[in-house]
Amino acid sequence: MSVELDVFVGNTTIMDKEVYQLWLNGYTVNDAVKVRIEGGVMEECEASAEVLLSDTMDQYRTFQMCERLLHHPAKLANQLLFQIPPDRQAMLIERYALACQFNSLDLVIIQFQTFICISLFRYYAFDDSFVREVLGKKLSKGTKKDLDDVSIKTGITLKSCRRQFDNFKRVFKVVEELKGPLVENIRQHFLLPDQLARDYAAIVFFANHRFETGKKKLQYLTFQDFAFCAGQLINNWTVGAVDNMMEDMDVDLDKEFLQDLKDLKILITDKDLLDQHKNLVCTALRGKTNVFNEMEANFKNLSRGLVNIAAKLINAKDVRDFFIDLVEKFIEPCRSDKLTSIDVNLYLTHYTNSAHILDTFKHHAVWTRYMGVIKSCILRMYHD
Amino acid sequence: MPGRLKAKIVAGRHLPVMDRASDLTDAFVEVKFGNTTFKTDVYPKSLNPQWNSEWFKFEVDDEDLQDEPLQITVLDHDTYSANDAIGKVYIDIDPLLCSEAATVISGWLPIYDTIHGIRGEINVLVKVDLFNDLNRFRQSSCGVKFFCTTSIPRCYRAIMVHGFVEELVVNEDPEYQWIDRIRTPRASNEARQRLIFLMSGELQRKIGLKVLEMGGNAVVGYLQCFDLEGESGLVVRAIGTACTLEKMSTFPATATHPNNSSPSKDMKEPGFGEEAPGVPLSSGPPTPLRAQTFSSFSPSKSYSRQSSSSDTELSLTPKTGKISSCPVGHLCHFCMIPPSPFCVFQEYPFFTLTIFPPGFLLHVGGVVSARSVKLLDRIHNPDEPETRDAWWEEIRQEIKSHAKALGCHAVVGYSESTSICEEVCILSASGTAAILSSRFMQDGPLDTEHRFEEVVSPGCGFCHIPYDELNIPFPAQLTYCYCCRRYKVPDVLFTTIDLPTEANVTGKGCLIQARLCRTKKKAQGEGNAMAISNLLPFLEYELHTQLMNKLKLRGMNALFGLRIQISVGETMLLGLASATGVYLTALPSPGGIQIAGKTPSDITYEQHISNMQKKINDTITKNKEQYEINPPEVVEEIIGSPIPEPRQRSRLFRSHSESSDEVSEIDLSHGKKDAFVLEIDDTDAVEDIHALLTDSPTPAGNTSMFTSVRVFRLNANLTNQGLNKIFSDLCENLLKSLYFKLRSMVPCCLCHLNFTVAIPEDELIQVAVTAVAMSFDKEQTLENGKRSGEKTLIKGKPCLVSSTPFFLFSLLFLSTPLSFPLALLLSTASSMEKASPLPEGRSRSLRSNRSYSGSSVAVVKMTPLSFIPGAKIIKYLGIINMFFIRETSSLREEGGVSGFLHTFIAEVFAMVRAHVAALGGNAVVSYSMKECVFMENPNKNQAQCLINVSGDAVIFVRESELELTSVQPQSATTQTSNGGEGT
Repeated sequence: MSVELDVFVGNTTIMDKEVYQLWLNGYTVNDAVKVRIEGGVMEECEASAEVLLSDTMDQYRTFQMCERLLHHPAKLANQLLFQIPPDRQAMLIERYALACQFNSLDLVIIQFQTFICISLFRYYAFDDSFVREVLGKKLSKGTKKDLDDVSIKTGITLKSCRRQFDNFKRVFKVVEELKGPLVENIRQHFLLPDQLARDYAAIVFFANHRFETGKKKLQYLTFQDFAFCAGQLINNWTVGAVDNMMEDMDVDLDKEFLQDLKDLKILITDKDLLDQHKNLVCTALRGKTNVFNEMEANFKNLSRGLVNIAAKLINAKDVRDFFIDLVEKFIEPCRSDKLTSIDVNLYLTHYTNSAHILDTFKHHAVWTRYMGVIKSCILRMYHD
Repeated sequence: MPGRLKAKIVAGRHLPVMDRASDLTDAFVEVKFGNTTFKTDVYPKSLNPQWNSEWFKFEVDDEDLQDEPLQITVLDHDTYSANDAIGKVYIDIDPLLCSEAATVISGWLPIYDTIHGIRGEINVLVKVDLFNDLNRFRQSSCGVKFFCTTSIPRCYRAIMVHGFVEELVVNEDPEYQWIDRIRTPRASNEARQRLIFLMSGELQRKIGLKVLEMGGNAVVGYLQCFDLEGESGLVVRAIGTACTLEKMSTFPATATHPNNSSPSKDMKEPGFGEEAPGVPLSSGPPTPLRAQTFSSFSPSKSYSRQSSSSDTELSLTPKTGKISSCPVGHLCHFCMIPPSPFCVFQEYPFFTLTIFPPGFLLHVGGVVSARSVKLLDRIHNPDEPETRDAWWEEIRQEIKSHAKALGCHAVVGYSESTSICEEVCILSASGTAAILSSRFMQDGPLDTEHRFEEVVSPGCGFCHIPYDELNIPFPAQLTYCYCCRRYKVPDVLFTTIDLPTEANVTGKGCLIQARLCRTKKKAQGEGNAMAISNLLPFLEYELHTQLMNKLKLRGMNALFGLRIQISVGETMLLGLASATGVYLTALPSPGGIQIAGKTPSDITYEQHISNMQKKINDTITKNKEQYEINPPEVVEEIIGSPIPEPRQRSRLFRSHSESSDEVSEIDLSHGKKDAFVLEIDDTDAVEDIHALLTDSPTPAGNTSMFTSVRVFRLNANLTNQGLNKIFSDLCENLLKSLYFKLRSMVPCCLCHLNFTVAIPEDELIQVAVTAVAMSFDKEQTLENGKRSGEKTLIKGKPCLVSSTPFFLFSLLFLSTPLSFPLALLLSTASSMEKASPLPEGRSRSLRSNRSYSGSSVAVVKMTPLSFIPGAKIIKYLGIINMFFIRETSSLREEGGVSGFLHTFIAEVFAMVRAHVAALGGNAVVSYSMKECVFMENPNKNQAQCLINVSGDAVIFVRESELELTSVQPQSATTQTSNGGEGT
């Protein structure tokens, strides 16, 4: 005797959160059943493995049906296929609204008529270890083919890797063409909570500029470090950052600004200016740190590093090396001198401010815009 | 031209991409009714087109309005090639034809394609302007209300119940027409869907005509079925109970009865289903025949000796003048004869109702059933309904004679069904023989119930035997009633109706199911029919024995809502009987079960037997505890011991026409030795699950309807026993699965479990279950006062109830402050209901403040019950009767058979919900999935499935909301009290 067909459909959809997570993690039905058995559902409910298998398969089918909708979250608002009882729905909405930190609850209620809001959130959630592997890579078929290596390396199932990758790609494709602020676009089109939308913005931004993140020297950085930096770049260096003209895109860096950055070179090419700058910084720093000597000795080196990075950013190729450059030209020298992050903060603060006192230095706006981001990125990336 | 149908196409959304190049669609819509078609403009390059069309107007006969569905087709415009169809929407406009139902259909409806499923949604507006047609010779029956509910609908009162109506229409099945060889599967499916829509429309119209003829204005307990006979045709048949209903007014009005000339006008006789006499009535529907409103109940003349007049005599002239010729004397002044004595229904005093108002049902005799095996290829004139009419006639006659043998003049809880395999068709009918209150009868054999006339002990009266004690048609053990001690009662009682509200019940009820599988040889034609006929009695006998044993094992003595289903396949017969077992206080305590060994010589064997016996006794004790069955001990002593010898008795009658020379009653006490083989593990399993359900914590009060379908493949060459075991396990496992799935709702109660078995192919068994799970709200109970008693009850075992919603009441009666403030029993509990649990209250305020802003998708509840717990149905919007076909030729890609069916059922639910929402409703009650025919061909990667669902679309209001919304405290109390008693 064999079960040919076995389905269970409710007027209101019952979803098991645990099984959903297993599905998202790419478990096969049989593996999921094993995990559930180990989890003790069987003892709890005195169910047999058969019952568990049947239930798991039902759940998986439901998720697969949901998946189509999840790919186009905007449709969720008025989809008719799934129904959730109003009391539970209201509860979910409240909880979800909290998670999303949406200001207007009304908006949320209209958008999240279904329980899928929670599933949506989970569906678009990703593993930091996975995203770390593909961050900055082109979201192409080639990369997708290499996912089995990523899967082996990270221990995440290939299925789950693929889903996460496809999510990145889907979001990328949609927002690529859109005008306006990146995070807001993602939030609206995929109905994701704020933090997740920011993370996706970072992923899209990295993929767009193909930032190098895989080098050995960068391995110590986490996805959240990069996401933070991406946020800084998006907020300060893109076109949308300066003027809020909606026709401009958030994904690309402000070309004009990059052009202007070349002017900063004067800080290192003009000998007098460099010396003046060094003196100002050293005066300010003297007595405030234990590593003053090292800072003084390294000043020209570090300054050259930072200004050179700025000057190179006009070339798309060099943009890719932004992070590796920061590490090689600034972070590593500092670290070999045993600077603490407090020292680095102090140094960068004075380094930035002193430039404004220089008589012959005129590019104050560009300098502030540049150093603001550099400072916060370096501080984030500077792990003691 | 008495009707104008208007349709407006507003917009579409989520349309599929039809043009690969642009990833967009150029959609337009065709609106078709009858032979008239309108088109909208093409809305280019959009997946969310905004047509905003003009009003398309169809001027049509109301006959067509009843028969035809409005057909909306969404297409993709293609300049160079033929336009591609995206999908269709069929809209049944019947609900718009009745003034009391819906007035407009407006909303987003899923666009459905038989190959691709749901493909986006379309927003439409449909209205009907109906001009009153006073032509008495008309063919239409607009305005007759239809209800699937098998009780008097909750916001109506019955002025008169006229009796049985039936109709049957036949057509050629498009799937078997020659043209099917050359057309696409889509075209064939659509032809079939459309035909069935047409046929059910026609059927409803014809039944409506009969109702008008009888002077009624509604059909209650409307049961429509399809028989896919294959080559010989497609039959749509329906039965129902004709009634004259009147909407109950919520507030007392001073309007006088519209019909002043009616002889009934002086009568203050309380209406059927109404609690207070003389409640002034609101005006009724504008049907010409409304003139005859009678304030009493009058079933058909059950024992009229008129020779059966045939359908053909059903003249279309309403016999309005017949009142004068009413042959009834003394009863005439408050009770009218249905105006047409010619009507065929009068021959059959059958009622499809299963729930009756208090005092109506006097005595219940027992289950009567009849079956007949027919050969479909022997129908002389397959396109005409005569042969099938004659078949059913035969069966109904038989049922009637069985009822008579039980001393009863009526059959209640009546239903009919078929099972078809190739050219063999089993027709079945069953019901419960009963005596209805003579107060409501205009004639009939009065001797029998005169004896009981003064009893009116509502708790036990219906159990008293209707038949003559000395002339019992079968062996039965009669005792004096344990309640009133004045009249005799049988030892067990089997019925197809729901537990009467007034019945005295001890403890709780539970699901009792008998399952049986019998092999048969493959055969053809008459031989096959003979073989089946010969098997049927044994099948029924064994089912009955099983039921009896299981009932005793649980220490109970009555079955309600019994439904026996027999399904025929090429090589086997399946029998499944489900019912709710209860302990009726009036009936004697069931005796234990004794095992009689066949070879008592062997000591070890005897040891085994005694072990078994002990086990059984333990189980009975355990069960009694679980279901809280503790009948008063004293009673037993007075009356004497329970049944001394465990003999099987039965109220079950069966026969079938192929073997009509057999005695129609079988003494089921024969072969008692075999009867005591019990499936111990089977019962143990059930207990385990019950135990499990009790322990988990409680979520909020909640109901959830679901459908589950399973198909099993059996190994070939199984013995009867093997088959039986497998089939039994199958059902058992299905139940276990349900328990597991619904564990989050525990403690809950599964109600209206409806099992359907079928044998789609050799070695395949298909079981479909539809039920509603209701969870109790512990929090709420704890908030209210009255601790000790309920606590145990809430913690007690959840129960499995089959087709007996009223069972719930008895349960709830004990646990009054639960979240089911159901009126009939709980009218006093209204003060307690007000306390609603905090989360629900919060959510409601949230919803009412915010989420009702336009664009939200409305939640539509679905339930197989005729009511919604904790809510009041304020309006019936009309019947929902939908038929869908889904076919695929990429079965594997759609997730195999399970994936395919899962999606399909989910889509059907979605479509039902959408149509109900478009009618303005928020729930479907009395929902049932009548048909779920699944066929597959894995080799070709193909599958096809047909689903037919029906129910009543309603608007309900939560009782708590009712109270909240009513502004004035005074009106609030009026409403509450009405809700408390009237619904």
